[in-house]
Amino acid sequence: MYTASDLRKGLKVIIDGEPYVVTAFEFSKPGKGQALYRTKLRSMITGLSIDRTYREGETFEPASLEERVMQFLYKEGDHYHFMDNESYEQIIISEESLGEAKSFLIDNLNVKVLLFGDRAIGVELPNFVNLRVMKTDPWMRGDTSKADFKPATLETGYELRVPPFIEEGELITIDTRTGEFSKRVKE
Amino acid sequence: MAKNWPLARRKRALHQRARILQGIREFFIENGYLEVETPCRIPAPAPESHIDAVPSSTWFLHTSPELCMKRMMAAGYEKVFQICRCWRERERGSLHLPEFTLLEWYGAGGDYRSLMEECEELIRFLAQAIGTGRTIHFRECEVDLSSPWERISVKEAFQRLARTTATEALEKNLFDEIMVQEIEPKLGLRKPTFLYDYPAERGTLARWKSEDPTVAERFELYMGGVELANGFSELVDSEEQRKRFLMENENRQTRGKPIYSMPDRFLAELDDMPPSAGIALGVDRLVMVFLDAKTIDEVVAFTPEEL
Repeated sequence: MYTASDLRKGLKVIIDGEPYVVTAFEFSKPGKGQALYRTKLRSMITGLSIDRTYREGETFEPASLEERVMQFLYKEGDHYHFMDNESYEQIIISEESLGEAKSFLIDNLNVKVLLFGDRAIGVELPNFVNLRVMKTDPWMRGDTSKADFKPATLETGYELRVPPFIEEGELITIDTRTGEFSKRVKE
Repeated sequence: MAKNWPLARRKRALHQRARILQGIREFFIENGYLEVETPCRIPAPAPESHIDAVPSSTWFLHTSPELCMKRMMAAGYEKVFQICRCWRERERGSLHLPEFTLLEWYGAGGDYRSLMEECEELIRFLAQAIGTGRTIHFRECEVDLSSPWERISVKEAFQRLARTTATEALEKNLFDEIMVQEIEPKLGLRKPTFLYDYPAERGTLARWKSEDPTVAERFELYMGGVELANGFSELVDSEEQRKRFLMENENRQTRGKPIYSMPDRFLAELDDMPPSAGIALGVDRLVMVFLDAKTIDEVVAFTPEEL
């Protein structure tokens, strides 16, 4: 159990039954008045931010999130199917809960699934994943007038900018933290 | 380069801080005040609902030098000032340090209105001494120090700046929240502002106004939305003071806080104290305002986290 004086940036707590992370924090105390803890909190389920002010002595349940390594199996409409590598149990995560991560999921990729109780609320990707380029313009050799980057579409439908020498069908490494091209994969 | 870069970087701020401390002394000595020192470690602090003292063995570190300084007033010292360290448990934020520096001064014969005037003079004197001139740039505000400063009662401040009245806020137990969220950020932006006439229950050690006993003759000084000082016409009636302390202790008890023993010697001598005005000013915050510092950390040599 936390009390208001434990609040700080990055703390994960339960509010109205849902997990939130503290993103901003300020201690205030009007003259001769009580201590107030002003926070900005982001819902770990919806991603929406709320402002809340707490008083000294108010208590919070810590949001304990379980992490389990699971393998991405396949996508079916808005549903993404994962399998627990130890128990072989299968779970479904909605496209909405996945957020940005959906752009980097390829079959058989191992990810960390974040569970709040029985509910999967998101995944944590490896920092680098390899994805195949499905569509990009050919490289005009010798054309120096062109920009340093050109658009490309990956097998997941994700669009990004790649160096001009990358060709359709090539495998490239993406940094999932920034969503940007990292390097070409030699096959 | 120095290993302790954060400390090395504060050199300018700490030089200015020293200059401000010197300036404070000059001002009060010139105005006939006696510099005094009273013990930091005391048997018990004044019982107040929301101020918690740091225990030191079976005694406490003082949360302000108020009780001892008033005992001096009662014994015939008519104008006294003190610059000292004070401690308050669990107060830490961009404007709070659990160990901080207070300036307190008391003058016989004055009331909260004359004290506001004196505050103005002190801060203009300091601005001159450190060479900031008539305007202070703080948090995107240009605060004009020329006389007169703004004065607004708590009642008016709620009417003008908040969505509810002060009375309603007290009834709904939201006074502090509204003060912090809606009122304080708007005070002292163009000129330093005195917020005065607090609800009586918010002035435990202050005199109630004779023409309106629902308010205490208490004020707070704000610059750039930051509270700098808290002053009042002193309550010098020991029986009334004891009653209020008992009530504060009751409040503490309902909140599950430790209650403090009655400061009996202070109460026994209080009736000898002449009508006076007294004030506590946060020196660290004053330095912050003069130097346009973002946090209180920038104006002290060490924060508790750096020890």
